[in-house]
Amino acid sequence: MATTHSTPTGDTAAARPYLDQIDRLKGELPGAALSRVRELRRDGRERFAALGVPTVRQEAWKYTSLRPLEKVAFEPATAAAAAGTHIDVLPTVRPAGQTGPRLVFVNGRLRADLSSTDGLPDGVVLTGLADALSSHADFVGERLGRLANADEHPLVALNTAVLADGPVLHIPRGVVLDDPIELVFVSAAADGRATVFHPRTLIVADPLSKAVVIEHHVGPGGAPTFANHTAEVFVGEGATLRHYKVQREQTDAFHVSHAAATVCRDACYDNFILTSGARLSRNEVHAVLDGTGASCHVSGAYLVTGEQHCDTTTLIDHARPYGTSREVYKGAIDERARAVFQGKIIVRPGAQKTDGHQLNRALLLSDTAEIDSKPELEIYADDVKCSHGATAGELDDEALFYLRSRGIPKEEARGLLIASFLAEAIDEIPEEPVRDAFAAIATGWLAARRGGAR
Amino acid sequence: MIEIRNLHATVDGKEILKGIDLTIGPGEVHAIMGPNGSGKSTLSYVLAGRDGYEVTKGSVSFYGEDLLAMEPEERAAAGLFLAFQYPVEIPGVANMTFLKSALNAMRKHRGEGDLDAMQFLKLVREKTRSLNMTDEMLKRAVNVGFSGGEKKRNETLQMAVLEPKFAILDETDSGLDIDALKIVADGVNALRSPERSMLVITHYQRLLNYIVPDHVHVLAHGRIQRSGGKELALELEQKGYKDFGVEEAA
Ligand SMILES: Nc1ncnc2c1ncn2[C@@H]1O[C@H](COP(=O)(O)OP(=O)(O)OP(=O)(O)O)[C@@H](O)[C@H]1O
Ligand SMILES: [Mg+2]
Repeated sequence: MATTHSTPTGDTAAARPYLDQIDRLKGELPGAALSRVRELRRDGRERFAALGVPTVRQEAWKYTSLRPLEKVAFEPATAAAAAGTHIDVLPTVRPAGQTGPRLVFVNGRLRADLSSTDGLPDGVVLTGLADALSSHADFVGERLGRLANADEHPLVALNTAVLADGPVLHIPRGVVLDDPIELVFVSAAADGRATVFHPRTLIVADPLSKAVVIEHHVGPGGAPTFANHTAEVFVGEGATLRHYKVQREQTDAFHVSHAAATVCRDACYDNFILTSGARLSRNEVHAVLDGTGASCHVSGAYLVTGEQHCDTTTLIDHARPYGTSREVYKGAIDERARAVFQGKIIVRPGAQKTDGHQLNRALLLSDTAEIDSKPELEIYADDVKCSHGATAGELDDEALFYLRSRGIPKEEARGLLIASFLAEAIDEIPEEPVRDAFAAIATGWLAARRGGAR
Repeated sequence: MIEIRNLHATVDGKEILKGIDLTIGPGEVHAIMGPNGSGKSTLSYVLAGRDGYEVTKGSVSFYGEDLLAMEPEERAAAGLFLAFQYPVEIPGVANMTFLKSALNAMRKHRGEGDLDAMQFLKLVREKTRSLNMTDEMLKRAVNVGFSGGEKKRNETLQMAVLEPKFAILDETDSGLDIDALKIVADGVNALRSPERSMLVITHYQRLLNYIVPDHVHVLAHGRIQRSGGKELALELEQKGYKDFGVEEAA
């Protein structure tokens, strides 16, 4: 080894094809007239070139290798392909026949023809970033790149280098959105060509506002796709933002997402991610509790099988006193799938009376399933309550026999036990329609696994 | 008809059943009594098909079928029911969901459709009431936080809902108070019919006053040592098991 540097850099050679793409795309990106946006992109490119693609030699990526990406020659998504992709059925948590505000993105680009912003209260902005860069130039110019740290996170840097489109949501002060907002992301490899894209999400909930946002990530499959998401979420004083996500892309998809949230005084941020898709996924959630009495609730469930790899990495940063955070993750891992959970809680000096709780429980459904759990507490204040727990186990044989002895077939009995195990995480979602929809997705996954024995 | 022939079984390499012979005809109620550790629960687990109980010799014919070749759920579908000595707690699975899954699985096996929510509720309410159980117990997770007696009642409820052809009651009377014992016994008796047979494992002659057996067997050292009529239970109550090479409890 040439160097013994404490934080080795990533693979700069592997970054090369992406840098070429950045240079080719440069002329086509929207908002080039805005100097702040030009700077962000330029700095993003520079940082990505310097940092390279993350490797397992780096602590943050110790358990998740991006090497499989190198074997695929990804082409950047084109606007034409996104516009031409036929979409049959869009996922929703709404009852059949009911509509509501929704944005649809194909390969990261807004499909206005499939989207609807009808019925939103005055002042609420819900649109694509490409549009907002001209229609709300000052608003997005001021906020982009404030929370997602491109200096430290190479894939955020890459995303920033080509930021172009993605959801923009602004809820003005005191506005309460009764209807959830659905964001649908379709990953579609046009003409069977491996496709990469970098959607950028910006959500700004002004003080005392309230909203529910549900992200659906799906893909028809056919060829590999690589979605590299970055999201920035501002939750203003006393605001409540509930941010749910379900990722069900095909098993030839790569899905990497970095969500950075700042939660102000007395505000509440809820994040729940249900993962059952993608060949390789990484969901990184960073929440900074940056006001007294801020709270966040960052939870999820992951259901993986076959050769899937699913990484959940969270950082809860208690920067102010009287903050509460709660994390409950549950995972079911079957066949040769592998899951990773890295959960870090930081309590900054002065963040007294912090209450932080973290739990990750994995259920290993086969001898070859794997989980790597790395909980970390970094506490610099003395009057705090913090706990974390990580467990990995198998299905309870005794319970399984009891169910079977009552005539319930083995696979159905296993399904019941797995569903009840996952329920502990899914029950963390306070919004009933979302909770029910996510529970139904989990049940569907259970029914479909191993060839559909019910 | 259930025919157990020369049944030998080991647990963790240790032989527990050492040649059981027992024939139970349709409509008959047989009681098994025997000292602690004699193999009564082992026999019930072997019949229900629990993993880890290895049959090394012998056969069990269940209405003409080879019981030992069946999976536990197939045995249940064929009409076998075991009321567990120690019912299992299943956190996160509601008792109601459990009962419904079990009943619908059995109905499916018999070629009948699922009961709809209303029909199911009506059926369960009826059975719950006759066993003096509360609806609240149906909403709770299976056996979680149930008292010993409540667990036994819950076993009886499952039996009443599933209506098996052959029920094994493994110490269903243990832990029941006097009133509950009567209620559970009534529940069991309500199921008695010319087609349905039962194997009642108990330590107490008292239960057999309520559920009157046709035959009583003494199981000790992994074998049936003696069989007789219901009066055998009374005799055992007085004399204990010392005639069968078992030291009297101190
Ligand atoms: N996993 C095991 N390994 C070794 N021995 C076992 C195991 N399980 C059960 N046994 C033994 O098998 C014997 C029979 O146990 P069993 O539970 O069948 O007795 P029982 O007749 O039901 O007793 P009780 O009246 O106390 O319920 C006991 O000696 C017990 O210790
Ligand atoms: Mg026993």
